[in-house]
Amino acid sequence: MDIQDIKSTGKKATREGFGAGMHSVGETHDNVVMLTADLRGSMKADDFINAHPDRFVQCGIAEANMMGVAAGLATAGKIPMVTTFANFATGRVYDQIRQSIAYSHKNVKICASHAGLTLGEDGATHQILEDIGMMRMLPGMTVINPCDYNQTKAAVEALVDHEGPAYLRFGRPGWPVFTAENQKLEIGKALQLAEGSDVSIIATGHLVWKAVEAAKQLAEEGVSVDLINIHTIKPLDEEAILASVRKTGCIVTCEEHNKYGGLGSAVAECLSMHQPTPQEFVATNDTFGESGPVGELLEKYGLGTKDVVAAVKKVLKRK
Amino acid sequence: MAEIKKLERIASQVRRDIIRQVYLSQSGHPGGSLGCTDLLVALYFKIMKHDPAFNMDGAGEDVFFLSNGHISPVWYSVLAHAGYFPPSELKTFRELNSRLQGHPTTHEDLPGIRVASGSLGQGISVAAGLALAKKMNGDDRNVFVLTGDGEQQEGQIWEAALFGPHNKLDNLIVIIDRNGQQIDGPTTEVLEVDDLGKKWEAFGWTVEHMDGNNMTEVIETLQRVVKQEKNGKPVCIVMKTEMGKGVDFMEGTHHWHGKAPNEEQAKNALGQLEETLGDFPAEGI
Repeated sequence: MDIQDIKSTGKKATREGFGAGMHSVGETHDNVVMLTADLRGSMKADDFINAHPDRFVQCGIAEANMMGVAAGLATAGKIPMVTTFANFATGRVYDQIRQSIAYSHKNVKICASHAGLTLGEDGATHQILEDIGMMRMLPGMTVINPCDYNQTKAAVEALVDHEGPAYLRFGRPGWPVFTAENQKLEIGKALQLAEGSDVSIIATGHLVWKAVEAAKQLAEEGVSVDLINIHTIKPLDEEAILASVRKTGCIVTCEEHNKYGGLGSAVAECLSMHQPTPQEFVATNDTFGESGPVGELLEKYGLGTKDVVAAVKKVLKRK
Repeated sequence: MAEIKKLERIASQVRRDIIRQVYLSQSGHPGGSLGCTDLLVALYFKIMKHDPAFNMDGAGEDVFFLSNGHISPVWYSVLAHAGYFPPSELKTFRELNSRLQGHPTTHEDLPGIRVASGSLGQGISVAAGLALAKKMNGDDRNVFVLTGDGEQQEGQIWEAALFGPHNKLDNLIVIIDRNGQQIDGPTTEVLEVDDLGKKWEAFGWTVEHMDGNNMTEVIETLQRVVKQEKNGKPVCIVMKTEMGKGVDFMEGTHHWHGKAPNEEQAKNALGQLEETLGDFPAEGI
């Protein structure tokens, strides 16, 4: 596949993809239940709620209780989809997730919107950049960060057929849609977006599109990028990562997350054990965010297209 | 009366099991376990419809959750005598590779346990979730959850207290072990929780009071609660108990919250509790 052939068909939010996925699984799975903590409107799942009001649980601004209620529903065989902002879906309720859900093997899907900097103007109190790390550390927790509307919808559909606790991370802003409509998502399977030989770029979430833009620019400069879209951060597709770096000999990881604990860390752990490889991180640099428009925030915190390009040039010199 | 006597005899054996488990592992929480023995015996041997073959989803069954998971010795003993697993397994309490973890978990697949507990404040929410699922499924059985009085200091308790009445979970019965003690001392000194009855009533619950160490009163109260007409309101029973009940030197003090007796103390305690169903086999006690 030529990198220049990857094109956006327009912008839609990944949270809208979540809503579309909920509508889809609401029709196919009678035991899917949606919970929210006073953020029904933000989750864009009105189609599900209107079609199945009896399977929607408004928990109010009480996230700790919501996690426990979800664990109880799962005990009875329901598939609870717990929804709120990523900040309140993870850090605020880490112990509830750890004890009542992860350690107790409950089939609860934590569906977290407004993750990362792209929450925008609300600022750092709501912009969590540590959630992938927290969730990835929990034994048995699946962690998925899809890249666009279509992939988020597919992730919801895949998760309801996946037994076990999972964290699904998506976002607020309209974002380029560039993956296939009605795709099937295989949990734990990375997707090769373009074949290349000079450098591997492995990206997750919103940053996949930035990586695509960077790879296009690099191609024009004669740099051949092996580009991987990795929606599942845990379990990590180690085979895909190792196969890629064996071709290229260097790698750049891209994520809307702190450089500690996220995709970059997961990839570094894999490489250091199996195939030590020069790596550069496109991630926030151990900092909190701030208020601002999405584009300007990504630029300021080093998550823009030019930052991916710069990281590639840096890592190429380290080969 | 014969039935009450029978339940009291089971309770005596359970109390022996508590002392022997905690003595053997030289760790664990005897005080609260002894105080709640009569309740758990009443639930599992008289009140609840339940299946020792153990189905995780509890469909068509009454379900019990233990939120204050540190009193695991009483639950393990009651589950064992109710047929969930062999009483001989009680000797492995808190040992390496045991299913009987210090705090109850699902991780080792011990029959009877549906969620890990012990990180306080979480059990009522989980029970409310299962009660809600029963409502959704048209399953008319009840969900019981035991919580400590010190545990009422956790904020999540009050989130759950709002959730139950709002969702008309009249199949949810919260029982608060009002023994007045917690690790650092009396609840009145650590952080006052009174008046628990008025607080839960103000949150929209039907509140009952009972003496949790009087088997007749426990049975009568629980029977009344489960038989009363469902009116949309969940039930909270404030259960007065004596921490360490049945062992004179453990009664009424927080000293035995999380402390194991030595050999002499264990023998003294066992001398006060009749062996009724046979002790589980164990070396040295």
